[in-house]
Amino acid sequence: MKSQVELNGMLDNVVKKKKGIWQQSLNWRTALLYLLPSLILFSVFLFYPMGKTLYLSFFLTDRQGEANVFVGLENYLYLLESEAFLKSIKATILFVLYTVPTGIIISLFLALLANEKLKGIGFFRTIFASTMGISVAASSVVWLFLFHPSVGFLNKIIASLGGQGVDWLLDPKWALLSVSITTIWMNIGFTFLIILGGIQNIDEHLYESAKIDGAGYFYQLRRITIPMLSPTLFFVITVSLINAFQTFGQVDILTQGGPSESTNLIVYSIYREAFVNYQFGTASAQSIFLFLCILVVTILQFKFGEKKVHYQ
Amino acid sequence: MKNVELFNVSKSYEKQKEVISDISVSIEPGEFFVLVGPSGCGKSTILRMIAGLEDITKGSLRIDGNEVNLLPPSKRDISMVFQNYALYPHLNVEENIVFGLDVKKVKKFERKERCMEVAEMLGLTDYLKRKPRHLSGGQRQRVALARAIVNQAPICLMDEPLSNLDAKLRAHMRSEIRQIQRKLKITMIYVTHDQVEAMTMGDRIMILNEGKIQQVGKPIDVYNAPANPFVAQFIGSPPMNLATANINLSKQELSIGGRLKLSIPSNDLQSYQEDTVTLGIRPEYLKIVNSINTKSTNNYLDVKVEHVEVLGNETIVSFQLDTYRWQAKWNGQWNVDVGDIVPIAINYESICLFNSASGHLIKGPTQVENHIIHEVTV
Repeated sequence: MKSQVELNGMLDNVVKKKKGIWQQSLNWRTALLYLLPSLILFSVFLFYPMGKTLYLSFFLTDRQGEANVFVGLENYLYLLESEAFLKSIKATILFVLYTVPTGIIISLFLALLANEKLKGIGFFRTIFASTMGISVAASSVVWLFLFHPSVGFLNKIIASLGGQGVDWLLDPKWALLSVSITTIWMNIGFTFLIILGGIQNIDEHLYESAKIDGAGYFYQLRRITIPMLSPTLFFVITVSLINAFQTFGQVDILTQGGPSESTNLIVYSIYREAFVNYQFGTASAQSIFLFLCILVVTILQFKFGEKKVHYQ
Repeated sequence: MKNVELFNVSKSYEKQKEVISDISVSIEPGEFFVLVGPSGCGKSTILRMIAGLEDITKGSLRIDGNEVNLLPPSKRDISMVFQNYALYPHLNVEENIVFGLDVKKVKKFERKERCMEVAEMLGLTDYLKRKPRHLSGGQRQRVALARAIVNQAPICLMDEPLSNLDAKLRAHMRSEIRQIQRKLKITMIYVTHDQVEAMTMGDRIMILNEGKIQQVGKPIDVYNAPANPFVAQFIGSPPMNLATANINLSKQELSIGGRLKLSIPSNDLQSYQEDTVTLGIRPEYLKIVNSINTKSTNNYLDVKVEHVEVLGNETIVSFQLDTYRWQAKWNGQWNVDVGDIVPIAINYESICLFNSASGHLIKGPTQVENHIIHEVTV
């Protein structure tokens, strides 16, 4: 004799078998419903443009951006031979090297300062993080005034010290550096805030234990703070790298890619190619190239950088 | 071995009320000294002041006779174990253990040797290359312990080191820590909120409440003669039963709620001035009256059982006495049901009496079941 429970169990199985694909996929369909809003948004603003860009990069286009003649990989080959594009890549790489390490080191330094328990430290935390709340356009305009060759604040300081003023944005030797300085200043707010958060997450007892062992400030910094901060630093480096590759606004306002294309960073170059020269094909090819660059850098970073990261 | 002395030590934050007031105690070299009290009583703060992690507002702290109030933690010859162990999560067990030696620039060879020695003592040899997150709670605890003793500091401070372990492991680590302390002859200052740890580990214990010393003494003395009702209820499980009792000097009688009357021996009469006192009695001294003969006297009470817990080797019975909830602990298994009426006897010899206003102990129990092993075996 089978007990009632067993019978019920068998009955359940029979019912389950009768459930069709429609019943079995209930969970999937529910999940899909929840995903739908983001799927729609991503499709409209991300997946479709990406596909379209890839498509256009294989064509010559008319002034409306409609695909005209299929040219295969010729757009890419043209780019690799184009001196302007190679110069733009060189400028971009230099720009990344100028801004990312410097920005992170300065932010780390400020975060360490702002982490000290002092009276009125909240004021400094706000000040240091404040550039996060300023738009790229507004801060670029401010820096435009600071960089002004004759009435700019920077040159006035140099003049008052008896030095020769610098053509910050007009001298091809200085222009990229000037844009980098502006960018570092603008990025500090975000980077500072994330690093400060990371520092404050470190267990205070670790430092107390180290203090009892007699470890000094720099020993603690080297053996506790930096290793414990590695996940935060990794995140910040990744985000800063991607941001630096995608810089556009400050270039547009400060230099328009000049002088003599010394600040023609890749995204600005794409913009000019597409909306000034109406070469949507080569612009798309540049975009795909940039996308691949960022992808490769990020993958490399995850592959080699993450090993040194300690997650709790 | 070094001694630690506190003279009138006080602590207050930003000129507010004192959180620690007027603590004076002398901790002997090689002693296992336990600070015990409910959470928020300031025991951890005292420990942190000894460690140098908190400033001392008033008073003086001396280690080996020298005032160390202003010395940094590293100059006080101490090691410390934290409640959450404070292991460095990015370093493996070995690196964690030798961290302090590395700071002190001990030679690599000696570092390794001392690490191995300590790891062996604590059974960590197989785990030296693991990260703390791959260790169980008990193993982490051992690493924290290893890190403290590898420094060979003469004084070791422990801040509730066992509170994150499960009950079984805790009981095991209690004896282990005690054995290590005896072996290395360290002066140990140990903070806990667990009275069992205090009773079982301490050479002497200090009971704290609201930043004030309640009592300092050997665990067994504290247990037998608690200085006030707070200590009486804090030490011992279940806690000491308390009730208000009236003294009638002319009748030489002590009565609880008018129901139970105990006669006071004439010798004791002169020590009682007040009419009402707080009476305390340990649960194990509340005996059940099982022969009719003893019922002839007055010193028993019929109580109605409200709750029974049989723990295998002992039985805890709860009942209501006036407004107080009392518990009795009897050896063995007792077949008692809720609602049963049970006669309970109270002996004058086994009660404590406290001044009902100040809380001071007036009379401790004179008859304690204190066995001495030599007398039993001889």
